[in-house]
Amino acid sequence: MSDSNNYLTMELLRFTTAGSVDDGKSTLIGRMLYDSKSIFQDQYEAIEASSKKKGEETVNLALLTDGLRAEREQGITIDVAYRYFATPKRKFIIADTPGHIQYTRNMVTGASTANLAIILIDARKGVQEQTHRHTFIASLLGIPHIVFCINKMDLVDYDEQVYESIKKETELFASKLNVNDVRFIPISALNGDNVVNKSKKMDWYQGSTLLYLLETIHIGSDFNHVDCRFPVQTVIRPMNDKYHDFRGYAGRIASGVFKPGDGITVLPSGFTSKIKSIELMDQKLAEAYAPMSVTITLEDEIDISRGDMIVRDNNQPVVTQDIDLMVTWLNEKVLVPGGKYGIRQTTNEARCMIKEIVYKMDINTLHRMEDDRTIGMNDIGRIKIRTTKPLFVDRYERNRETGSVILIDEQTNETVGAGIII
Amino acid sequence: MQSYNLNHLKVLESEAIFIIREVAAQFENPALLFSGGKDSIVVAHLARKAFYPSKLPFPLVHIDTGHNFKETIEFRDKYVEEIDAKLIVGLVQDSINQGKVVEEKGVNASRNGLQTVTLLDTIEKHKFDAAMGGARRDEEKARAKERFFSHRDEFGQWDPKNQRPELWNLFNGKKSFGEHFRVFPISNWTEMDVWQYILAEAIELPSLYFAKERKVFIRDGVIMAASEHIQRKEGEEVTKQLVRFRTIGDITCTGAVASNADDLHAIIEEVASTRVTERGTRADDKRSEAAMEDRKKQGYF
Repeated sequence: MSDSNNYLTMELLRFTTAGSVDDGKSTLIGRMLYDSKSIFQDQYEAIEASSKKKGEETVNLALLTDGLRAEREQGITIDVAYRYFATPKRKFIIADTPGHIQYTRNMVTGASTANLAIILIDARKGVQEQTHRHTFIASLLGIPHIVFCINKMDLVDYDEQVYESIKKETELFASKLNVNDVRFIPISALNGDNVVNKSKKMDWYQGSTLLYLLETIHIGSDFNHVDCRFPVQTVIRPMNDKYHDFRGYAGRIASGVFKPGDGITVLPSGFTSKIKSIELMDQKLAEAYAPMSVTITLEDEIDISRGDMIVRDNNQPVVTQDIDLMVTWLNEKVLVPGGKYGIRQTTNEARCMIKEIVYKMDINTLHRMEDDRTIGMNDIGRIKIRTTKPLFVDRYERNRETGSVILIDEQTNETVGAGIII
Repeated sequence: MQSYNLNHLKVLESEAIFIIREVAAQFENPALLFSGGKDSIVVAHLARKAFYPSKLPFPLVHIDTGHNFKETIEFRDKYVEEIDAKLIVGLVQDSINQGKVVEEKGVNASRNGLQTVTLLDTIEKHKFDAAMGGARRDEEKARAKERFFSHRDEFGQWDPKNQRPELWNLFNGKKSFGEHFRVFPISNWTEMDVWQYILAEAIELPSLYFAKERKVFIRDGVIMAASEHIQRKEGEEVTKQLVRFRTIGDITCTGAVASNADDLHAIIEEVASTRVTERGTRADDKRSEAAMEDRKKQGYF
């Protein structure tokens, strides 16, 4: 760490943690922060004092992540909390999500941007209903890597058989889902076995520790670098003497690689042009790829505004007003069939109507429930919508940026639905 | 095959620029809260990158307690001139004169808590519908749960149990009349990221961040700047020490650290080896375990 320049090669990994109540998520995160020396002395002293006050014998590492007062009182995590730590190789962003059944929306939230999900299983209890739910959500949200941590191995005498049987059951369930990279690690978050340091009590486990896995897992292919999509956020026109004719299109590359000279098409107008330059402040870039924020200028003056999309001529998204979604409902007010909602997709904004609820998922059994189509808080279902204007979409499976939407209640302005385009 | 990897600073930069552009696009009258501290300087720098070669499409807003480090104000004015931005100052003294807040008394008196009223007044007066700030989630427990787009009701209050879910990179800035948003573009940055970025981008900072011999005294184990704004107790002797400030908020509640780090490389090494959080030198957080949560609910930054 002493070399203050090595940071220029550090990568960023976003991961989310999920597990049932009392599976030891907060303890695991506390353990990772503590053993990787990411906890400061004053933080440690504060939780040490709190642990003593509650009459606990050891320092309760879970207190490190229990942020809000209501949680400290009830002893449960009630909202997504973000944590940060770094090793010389990577910076980590943890979306710590609660395991409570009524808080599925928080897991979906935390999972939506994650490269990796850690799903905790209590070794004593084995695979639970929640495990199915969390695995399904991780797969639905297209998280590229899933790591199952079989926790509390200390409470089952570090027994290999317990680990193997849970692993087998989980693999069977995961094989029905669309997940590519699944790993298993036996751990004890409380005692630190296989979290940062290799366990001395589980010789039978030959794999890597959790932290080593997080530091080395290949994430370079997690972004789509094939399909060029540039949703325009805003148009930059300085209108001063020096930059009189400057007209730049500002945005973040959703996917693909753009270069000056590339032939492009603008949606929805269909006008074509060539990229003149790709800029960020005073730098002119030779290429730009996801997830870079840049400003693009074109050879021709075309009328382009926020919500338009710049794409390559020969690789275009679907332009449509009729969209099929898997929607996760996030609000207490149930989804209204025939109802109208605001919709946001990339930088585009429109209204939509719910045309049909096709089925509701039983996310514990993965069965489609065609007799119960009421989609309430924390339910996931397949729906058909029609938007007021065409959107430029890809399937979520192929493109997380152009394949995702949120639905907004037009009365309360709340974000009520998270949609995945299928 | 060519690799398309960005380092963590580039990813964080790109995310912050995206957020800032969303604010400019989704809101009619946004503002950038600018304290002259390193975090708000970084946000201002990111905002310049976001709209270059245009000027910032929103003003900088400084909520001024009147109890500032001289260097901060000098830096602020120079910076605003350099980037040709519009500056709006909300004075806590005005809120006191109008009888909206009562100044704390005693040796630990601070105007830090009073800022909330001035901030909300300034937002109301200028009809800002979004106020961007440099707060980071790693600073403090209650901040760890705040969204990028943080909705505030018509009283400016934050309801931690009723936050809008934030998914993918889709940010919902819709609101009813009278409500506003606080937006935190560098939510995902840590203190270390901020320093590394300042180094990578050669961003200029107020001299307070760099070690120098300064007049200080010790209170409750915290090194405080000797200033006319802080009443000293008996036995609090002023001495000269080699110190620097890790944060530069209101002078009455900002502690210094003994340090000889006088350039960015030295500061980064110091941050890497330090064992106390940045806010560990902030007297305002020490008032109670839930101090920040309470202030945020009332409308604090």
